Amino acid sequence: MQHSRTQDILVGFFVACGIVSLFYLALQVSNLGNYDAGDSFTISARFQNSGSLKVKSPVSVAGVRIGRVSAITLDRESLESLVEMRIDAKYNNLPDDSGASIYTAGLLGEKYVSIDPGPGLSGKFLRDKSRITNVSSAIVLEEMIGKFFLNKTAGN
Amino acid sequence: MLEIFENLGKSTFGSLAKLGRAVFFLLYTLNGIGVVLLRPGLLLRQMYSVGVLSFLIISISGLFVGMVLGLQGYYILTDFGAAESLGVMVAASLVRELGPVVSAILFAGRAGSALTAEIGLMKATEQLSGMEMMAVDPIKRIISPRFLAGFISMPLLAALFSAIGVMGGHMVGVTMLGVDDGAFWSQMQATIDFHEDIINGVIKSVVFGFVVSWISLFEGYDAVPTSEGVSRATTRTVVNSAFSILGLDFILTALMFGDI
Repeated sequence: MQHSRTQDILVGFFVACGIVSLFYLALQVSNLGNYDAGDSFTISARFQNSGSLKVKSPVSVAGVRIGRVSAITLDRESLESLVEMRIDAKYNNLPDDSGASIYTAGLLGEKYVSIDPGPGLSGKFLRDKSRITNVSSAIVLEEMIGKFFLNKTAGN
Repeated sequence: MLEIFENLGKSTFGSLAKLGRAVFFLLYTLNGIGVVLLRPGLLLRQMYSVGVLSFLIISISGLFVGMVLGLQGYYILTDFGAAESLGVMVAASLVRELGPVVSAILFAGRAGSALTAEIGLMKATEQLSGMEMMAVDPIKRIISPRFLAGFISMPLLAALFSAIGVMGGHMVGVTMLGVDDGAFWSQMQATIDFHEDIINGVIKSVVFGFVVSWISLFEGYDAVPTSEGVSRATTRTVVNSAFSILGLDFILTALMFGDI
């Protein structure tokens, strides 16, 4: 019943392969690789319609991801969609008159929040719990198609 | 007429008694795990026969399952102009379901049946009674190392299956069918969540490893000590393992991903 050295090596190889596969899955397949454990701050924006925006959808400036959507709730008073976003702490120099819009990646792709840096007239920056007031809502494809057909029939 | 009820009652009591034996068997086995850890040589030998010898079948099956997913997914997704989502489809189906389930079923067929036959034959040739005569506890010496080896090997094998499957899907999708390489990975990484998908998949494979090892060792230990009894026990191992894996998979999926 004595085990041999070859068996030791093969078992070691097997366990190593299993652990490497787990790391491969974690880093290459899942989003763990681009998780940033660093500090972040939360800003919010009220949209008339947040469309199919989801928690964890990306928030980007000029196409670079700077954070993620952390919560989407309905504001009870204005009946608008209140979107909270967690922004990486290192991007603390966004002017407080920046605008936020919800765009779609591609025609049918996922929704994301794009922040367009403002001129920074007040000289202040977005801080924790800041609210972006200059917003434009998600473009709902059905509405656009509806409008398009309405215009077309009216034009004729 | 009365006989039908008599048989039904008998088989009910029979299965209840078997379940009770299985539970006690499990408790004794778990009790012996401490002893196994003191003698890692026993564990290593079983890791070899349970894990290393299943390595090849799991890797090759993983590769082919991933390749088929890549091929089928590509044909369906191109109809919607969404071939770039191929990575998401391949990875999600492998990590969430196919990885743990298919590797557990293969594991039951490859390693579980071998364990049952080995233990059953040991019982039939009275090796287990012989050990007891020598005041060696067969559960601690024979069963517990095999149980622990199966329990450890299964998650590793499932991770291997998923990882190789993703590579197979990449090979077919990107190298052969020309899906964009960057989109394949980036959409996959954007969708697959580490905690929700990968960790849940690992939890599934841990549960399956526990159940398959338990079933195969118990069936061997509880086998009728004849050649016919051992062959029946081996069949029961594969059938019961497959049932438990698929049933538990539904329950675990409902708990993890649904709102039940």
